[in-house]
Order: sequence, then C-alpha cells, then structure tokens
Amino acid sequence: MKELRLMKGNEAIAEAAIRIGVDGYFGYPITPQSEVLEHLMAEKPWEKTGMVVLQAESEVASINMVYGGAACGKKVMTTSSSPGFSLMQEGMSYIAGAELPCVVANVVRGGPGLGTIQPSQADYFQATKGGGHGDYKLITLAPSTVQEMYDFVGLSFELAFKYRNPAIILSDGLIGQMMEKVYLTEYKERWSDEYINKTFPWATTGRAADRGNSIITSLQLQADKQEEVNLRLQKKYREIEDNEVRYELINCEDADYYFIAYGSSARISQKAMELAAEEGIKVGLIRPITLWPFPTKIIRELGQKSKGVLSVEMSAGQMVEDVRLAIEGKVKVEHFGRFGGVIHSPAEILNALKTKIIGG
Amino acid sequence: MSEVRLEDIIKPENKVYSKTDLLTDTVMHYCPGCGHGTAHRIVAEVIEELGAQNNTVGIAPVGCSVLAYNYFNIDVQQAAHGRAPALATAVKRLMPDRLVFTYQGDGDLAAIGTGETIHACNRGENITIIFINNGIYGMTGGQMAPTTLPNMKSSTSPFGRDVEMMGNPLKITELLAQLPGTAYVTRQAVHTPAHVRRTKKAIRKAFDLQAKGAGTTFVEIVSNCNSGWKMTPVDANKWMEENMFPYYPLGDIKIPAE
Ligand SMILES: Cc1ncc(C[n+]2csc(CCOP(=O)(O)OP(=O)(O)O)c2C)c(N)n1
Ligand code: SF4
Repeated sequence: MKELRLMKGNEAIAEAAIRIGVDGYFGYPITPQSEVLEHLMAEKPWEKTGMVVLQAESEVASINMVYGGAACGKKVMTTSSSPGFSLMQEGMSYIAGAELPCVVANVVRGGPGLGTIQPSQADYFQATKGGGHGDYKLITLAPSTVQEMYDFVGLSFELAFKYRNPAIILSDGLIGQMMEKVYLTEYKERWSDEYINKTFPWATTGRAADRGNSIITSLQLQADKQEEVNLRLQKKYREIEDNEVRYELINCEDADYYFIAYGSSARISQKAMELAAEEGIKVGLIRPITLWPFPTKIIRELGQKSKGVLSVEMSAGQMVEDVRLAIEGKVKVEHFGRFGGVIHSPAEILNALKTKIIGG
Repeated sequence: MSEVRLEDIIKPENKVYSKTDLLTDTVMHYCPGCGHGTAHRIVAEVIEELGAQNNTVGIAPVGCSVLAYNYFNIDVQQAAHGRAPALATAVKRLMPDRLVFTYQGDGDLAAIGTGETIHACNRGENITIIFINNGIYGMTGGQMAPTTLPNMKSSTSPFGRDVEMMGNPLKITELLAQLPGTAYVTRQAVHTPAHVRRTKKAIRKAFDLQAKGAGTTFVEIVSNCNSGWKMTPVDANKWMEENMFPYYPLGDIKIPAE
C-alpha cells in the first residue's frame, strides 16, 4: 500500500528530495520556505541515503554550492523565497550557461524589497524569462497542490538532467505552508559514482586520467564562439518548447470564457468557476503546469475561439503578457489579481470576469 | 674544437627539468614574469607527485587565472567571481575522497568572495585554498584590491590608496588563521627558486593535511602583477620584496599540532 502522510508543501519538497535520491541540498532560511531545510535537518537523510544537507551562509553561497555539485553530475538542489531567489540570479545564469542540471524551488512571497511573508505570484517574470543576465531559460513548473510539490521534485530532476538545464519549482507561500495529504514514493538509491562517470562524461568527478579532463565553464571570450554557445542553447530551448509543455484543462469542453491561472490562483479560480456555473456563465480553466515552456498553443486554440480570457495571478499582471502573445489580439484578454501578499477570493475573480471581460 | 651537435646535448641523462604532464601544452596567457604561471606549475607538480590526477577537482576563479582550466590536466570547474569556496564545499562534501582545491586572486577571495572564504574556512571545509595576493585587480586592468598597500597607486586609486578614504589593506590570511576551522595557514612567494621550493613544500603539506581530513588548508602566495603595477618584471619583484613583504610577512601563520 502507498504511504500517505499529512504534510506542508515545504515538507513535501524535502521529503521528496530524500526519497528520490537527491545527493545534496544547500539552503538558507527564509519565510515562507524554511520548513524545507528544517525537515531535512530533522530527518537526517545523511544517515538514510547519504544525502548531504548544509545550511549555507547565504543564498549566494547556496546557489554556488549547487553549481559545484551539479558540475559533478550530482542531483543537487536548493530552495528559497523571493529575496533569496533574487540573490541567486548570477549563479542561475552561470549554471544555465554551463548547461548543468539542478533544481531550485522558489516559494514566492510578496515584494518588492523585503515585502511581506504572505504568498504572491509576482516572481513569474524572474522565473520564466531567465532572471539573471544573458539569454537563457529555466524550465519552470508550477505546483498547485502539496502532492505536486512532492511530485515535481522528481519531475524537475528528470527534465533538468534530460536537457542539462536548471529547473525551477515556482510555488508560493500558500502552497508551501498549507497541509494536505501526500502519497509518498519508495526510497530510491542515489546514483553511484560508477553510474555518474559512465552516464555523464562532462561531469567534473575528478577522473581526468580515465577520460581526459572535464571542464565546466560558462566562459567563451571570443564573441563568435559565445554566439555558437548561444545558438546551441536556443536550439535546446526550442526543443524543450516542443516537447515539455504541460497543462491541465478543467471544464473546457464548451466554455464561453477562460480563466488562465497556475498554482494557488488556479485553485481559487476553480472555485470561481463553480460560482460562475451557478450563475449560468460557462467558464473553463486552463492551468499551465509548465510556465516555461508556456502552453501557448492550447491557450491560442481554445482562447481565440472564446468570448474572452481572464489571466488570474497574485501579481500586478505578469503571466498576462504571455497570454496576450498567445491570443494575438483575437479576443479580449485581461489580468486580475490581488498582490503584495493579498490572496484574491473566488468572488473577486468572478466579479473581475464580469466587469473586465463580459461587461467590459 | 670539435663541433657540438644538438643530439649530443639532448639526452635523457642531461635532462634537468621537464614539464609535468599535469600541465597541458596550451600556451599560458599570463604576462611574462607574472607569478600565476609559476604557481600553476607548482600546484600541478604536487598533484603529479601525489599521483592524484585521477582524484582531483580544481576550482578556477574570476580573475587573471580564470582560464586556469586550460592549463591543468585535471577536472576543473570555473566559479563565479568570489564563489569558488562555495563550489569547493559542495564538491568535497559530495565526493569526500577527492582532492579539492580553489585557486583565487585577492579581489576574488578577499573582496567579493569574503563571505564564502570566511564561512568555508570557519566550517573547516576539508579543502585547500590557494590565494594569489598581488595587491591589485590584474584582469580588469589594475584597479585597487582589498590588499592594495597604503599609498599604492592603482587605476582606481590614481593618487595612491588613501586609507582614510578607501580603508586599510585587508590581512585576510591572518584573519582566517584565527578561525578554528583552518588547519594550516601559510604565506609564501614564488619569485626565486628558494621561494618556489618552499611554496611547493607548503602546497604539498596542505594537500597531505587535506587527505588526512585536517580541515581547511590555506596557502597565500604573495606575487607580482607587473602589468598592473606598471613595472618591469624585475622591478616588480624588487618592489614586492621591499613593500609587500613587510606588510604581508612570509612564513607559516598557523600549523597543526603534530
Ligand atoms: C560579479 C562580478 N563583478 C565584477 C567582475 C569583474 N572582475 C573580473 S576579475 C576582477 C578582479 C580580479 O582581481 P583578482 O581577484 O585580484 O585577480 P587577478 O586578476 O589580480 O589575478 C573583477 C572585479 C566580475 N567578473 N563579476
Ligand atoms: S595582469 Fe598581472 S596578474 Fe594578470 S597576468 Fe599580467 S602580471 Fe599576471
């Protein structure tokens, strides 16, 4: 029988990391995600699986520890919340540039600045458009349940290693803090040194005599060589866009309108959808699971034939830009969202649909 | 006098020096007379002597030695500016039986990377840090470094380092020696054969201690940056002896109890 446990979203991330055989976690406390490191320290995975857990001196250090570990072909990760994720951006850019796999979870809180510890979705741009310097992309998954917080750790590593690219779990303080039932998976063994050496010849495992030396770098001083690197990266990004789009469609069969919402906002929008149905308004919900690659095609297909689309996000309007690009001006697209840590209610969302789309 | 032929000279028994295979044949980009090249050779020779080519991971910094990975015949990771000790921390913890070292300049280690340096040393990460202190930012064209001497000129202290305005040079090595996590802290130089021999011994000792799990081992090498200092290599070495060594005295600062 499957093991079932009641846990917080943050704890689910930590538990998943232990069970799927992550080699190393490096992190720095910040609300609302500190339970990840707390759970790991309490569980002592180094005694169970040999997993390394270390509280770093800053998020700058933790992302660079992740860089070093990823360069060894190890499954390594860190988690943080908005201000900490901002500090990691240079490191993320290096990791993307050096084409290394790793997983970073951002349990988003309200900003800008120190902002608030309440949930927010205002780090969408930072996660999906790169975030640091240079042309790069991060595979971005948006869980909307505690179960998905758990499941997406494994999925993120799978994608990160498949494409040698960092993967981000973009959740928010609501999903991080709330408790739900989670089906846990069996403990998996960590990869052996032999497996890593055989499978990842690029990894700097310190075995230069066996295979010639491996170098991990993001530096190409010659502009034409750096352009080649960029062309290779762009090719990879197109491949990811072609193959890895994930989304969920709820009540989309004969909808007149659509909500586009991810994570917490998708849950609240689902409730708003029910309220709308009670009033005879037919609304479907398109829930992007991957924020990058963005489900542009399905939003285009369904949205362009609808009477209007409301993008719902706890932000001043970030994802709505991608929704507008998908809809290409064919029908009305508006954004609705409370922000700065305030969570919108289903009634507010329905009201926004009525005033901004139906009546607007 | 009979003619001397090349073949008579180039014989195995006449050989007094050969380049270690742990250095690649890539031509180094360093300015002639710069200490970086010599320091690289010493590190490579020690790794060869230890037979550790198949067991070593090096971390290159951002600075003049950013391209160190082109010269060492071992696995190398290129870190972000100042973050080499963070990378090394993870590498060593994930692969504890490997020899792990960082190679960093003074801007990298003692300015932007001060936090990573102090905390890696304070945790007693079982790594070796090789610190090239040339008192200036070589790579970016001779700006003031945290280790630039009082009144020393640089492109961002064109009238000399005014300590009232710009702060004092940071003796980071002495500071690190205070931390319980460091096992061996020493300051050396590479501008004469005698100093090269001493530095080689120090690096060997640092690597041996790392193999024993002693804690962080730290080898500072006071070196010249003749280009940045705007001197000939010979003058630069003389200036270094007269000005750098009094402020940064050579010798062991912390040695483990036997
Ligand atoms: C985040 C960041 N800031 C600044 C720089 C620019 N930069 C490159 S090397 C360097 C200083 C290097 O000086 P040092 O560490 O003393 O090494 P040296 O070149 O003298 O060997 C600076 C400031 C950078 N690459 N990254
Ligand atoms: S600029 Fe200075 S540190 Fe850099 S290679 Fe030249 S002499 Fe050496």
